[in-house]
Amino acid sequence: MKTVAFLSYPRGMVPQVSENEVLVRARGLIKRFGGFTAVNGIDFELYRGEAFGFLGPNGAGKSSTMRMIGCVSPPSGGELSILGMNPVRDGSAIRARLGVVPQEDTLDVELTVRENLLVYGRYFGLPRKLIRDRTTELLEFVQLEDRAGDKVEPLSGGMKRRLTIARSLINDPDILILDEPTTGLDPQARHVVWDRLFRLKQRGVTLILTTHYMDEAEQLCDRLVVMDKGVFAAEGSPRQLIAEYCSPEVVELRFDPALHDAATEKIKDVQAERHEVLADRILLYVPDGERAIEEVRARGLEPLTTLIRRGTLEDVFLYLTGRRLED
Amino acid sequence: MAALSAAGLPVTGGPPLTVRAFRCWLTVYRRIWRSSIWSSILGPVCYLGAMGFGLGSLVNRHGTAALGGVPYLAFLAPAIMATSAMTTGLDESTFPVLGSIKWNKIYIGAQASPLRPPDIFRGHLLFMAMRIALNVSIFTVVMVAFGAPRSWWVVLAWPSAVLLGLAFAAPIAAWAITVKNEMSFAYVFRFGMIPLMLFSGTFFPLSQLPGWLQPVAQALPLWHGVTLCRAFSLGHVSAGLIWHAAYLIVLIVAGTLAGARTYTRRLYV
Repeated sequence: MKTVAFLSYPRGMVPQVSENEVLVRARGLIKRFGGFTAVNGIDFELYRGEAFGFLGPNGAGKSSTMRMIGCVSPPSGGELSILGMNPVRDGSAIRARLGVVPQEDTLDVELTVRENLLVYGRYFGLPRKLIRDRTTELLEFVQLEDRAGDKVEPLSGGMKRRLTIARSLINDPDILILDEPTTGLDPQARHVVWDRLFRLKQRGVTLILTTHYMDEAEQLCDRLVVMDKGVFAAEGSPRQLIAEYCSPEVVELRFDPALHDAATEKIKDVQAERHEVLADRILLYVPDGERAIEEVRARGLEPLTTLIRRGTLEDVFLYLTGRRLED
Repeated sequence: MAALSAAGLPVTGGPPLTVRAFRCWLTVYRRIWRSSIWSSILGPVCYLGAMGFGLGSLVNRHGTAALGGVPYLAFLAPAIMATSAMTTGLDESTFPVLGSIKWNKIYIGAQASPLRPPDIFRGHLLFMAMRIALNVSIFTVVMVAFGAPRSWWVVLAWPSAVLLGLAFAAPIAAWAITVKNEMSFAYVFRFGMIPLMLFSGTFFPLSQLPGWLQPVAQALPLWHGVTLCRAFSLGHVSAGLIWHAAYLIVLIVAGTLAGARTYTRRLYV
């Protein structure tokens, strides 16, 4: 085994999601910090080859769950099995087969790009020669081959993130855990990271990721759970969730602020799966947007602007976790 | 380790986890060793030059009976050696430990690998031992160049100083991982290190202290290290020295056991 296995899969010969092979299984999993319950009894299974997302507002318990799966945080209750092993007893052996991209980079900024991979590979007890070969391959994969000899310090946020991803793959892990992989990156850098993660997924790497970006979840996850206040509010594929918790179309109506309240009252009886009144807009969740707007106009109302769009994961998320402000 | 092999460790095998953690520090050290070596040489040269010769010429003029009849330089040098081992031990076990979770996050990175908190601790402690040993070696060479040692037994002053450095490093590192804020370290240096340095028989014999203060000084680790280093450097070797070494070893063992616990508590939350 000279190279990183998944990087050498020929395209199209990727192992598919195998529901027979459960890599992580949680039953009634709980994490408490003193009197605070961060994770309050969750059940899930992660299958080999899938990309599984934890979506939720800050403080929902996503990172606590990731840390428990990463075997650096003992569960306070329930059952957790990773790669068939117990995270408390076999943490070291499990971690040998995990790749972790933490929320905050833990690169040594005074070492070079290559040295960071060397130090990390040696933690896993890999021989120097193997680390060297994998480093070449991984740096090429994350498009940092030109910076191999440079110190990490001056690299951009996006480059550091990509380096962290390369580093997390040095041991050719069975599962890659990503905790908010693109938080804090500018849009260009995010797209590069997504592109790389998407390629990993295409090559059959099992991913677990947390995010509060809906587009990230929609692009990368085969299956996801919406987490709120330590429990799962919903789970399914992005498409299933939209079908279940949202309508095919969403109409956004904006009225003159002076007429906002009156309009809200008048369109109460417009046929819709759900009405949502925001400070500046009214949202109607409907099967057919054009028809809903006709109905609104039939009541003698003329919105300043109208927008018909498809229901998205963001609608699901906001519906399930509420539109409260928090972070 | 037995529990680990039972659980079937990494397929790749490889060196013990503690050694893996230690090697990380070697990679980091390779970057800075040159500058650190220079300061390790310059420190003792300044100290021995100024105190040994400058202050020494004054002391020697007034008789050295209280020093056991040896020149001040011969009396002072092994004590400064012990003190510098203590200083290195403290330097390496305070800011670098906290920094490894707060600033450069070396521990946090290492934690995601097969290394467990006790491995991370012991690996770092091994590196501290190496730093102390290096500095003490340099000190020994400078001391010999100044003609301070009176006996070949001085070769045993070297391991004595390393023991002393670790007797500080192990328990202090075990504590440093628990602090939230680096301000705590200022207390160690100001109210710990400096009084120890002044009142442990370093610059003047313990017999010069007020009677009630002498047992206090004798209860503290630096005095034991100073006594060992001085005895070997002057060639006053006796079986009783074993108790001084035993005292230091107890501190090292206690610190090492405590560190495995405190690191686990801080890193596995």
